Amino acid sequence: MNTPDQDRLKKLLQQALPPVEPAPEPARDLWPAVLRRLDTRPATMPWFDWALLAGLAALAAFFPASIPMFLYYL
Amino acid sequence: MQDEPSNGANQLDLFRQGSLDAFEALFRLHQRAVYGWILRIVRNPAAAEDLTIETFFRIHQAHARFQPALGFEAWARRIATHAALDWLRAAHPESELPAELPAPASADPGVAAEIRCRTAQAFGRLPPKLRIAAALAVIEQQPQKEVAEALGISVAAVKLRVFRALRYLRKDLASQGITP
Repeated sequence: MNTPDQDRLKKLLQQALPPVEPAPEPARDLWPAVLRRLDTRPATMPWFDWALLAGLAALAAFFPASIPMFLYYL
Repeated sequence: MQDEPSNGANQLDLFRQGSLDAFEALFRLHQRAVYGWILRIVRNPAAAEDLTIETFFRIHQAHARFQPALGFEAWARRIATHAALDWLRAAHPESELPAELPAPASADPGVAAEIRCRTAQAFGRLPPKLRIAAALAVIEQQPQKEVAEALGISVAAVKLRVFRALRYLRKDLASQGITP
């Protein structure tokens, strides 16, 4: 694609999508929403879930024959 | 974006240490610039507001990694650009590009409305990375160095992405029988 082609396309793009005004402002104060967002904690796994998972992993490691039994009860 | 205040270095240090007051001061100082930067990418005021909130959330989460010497503005622009890129990738690969955005220039009456509409739609179909580069460098005429810093790439890579975006656009329009 040569430069005149590019220039025409750029001009067409600017015609189709005019630039945003120089200093747009949000319609509302966003600080309260930022504070709410900061207060939301990501879901964490409780310690006893980790303990259960570790127990199952240890069981599977030491007694591999138990794996089919667990799969059966899943 | 605006200049740092006279006590900016101290404020940035406090922010890095986790001060919420310093974070609020930085938010008040930069929120308009961040919002404007995001709006230029997504061209959707409601989404730009949500992404401004998400950007400052990410900024707060990363406060310990912030290096004051690099400057807050460029860092915020980069985080904002990635938030906008995630938004474009996640659910809005062909998001509507609202025509009612406030704009200083009026459209050239010589270019048919239908062609402008199809061009805008074709632009919405560009891969997000190319779309961001073209939106900032071609439509918004932002300095290529700023665009490169915001995208975390070189100026040469910005030029390449713009070139590829225009090539995609040309092919898309040609498939609809439009020759720019």
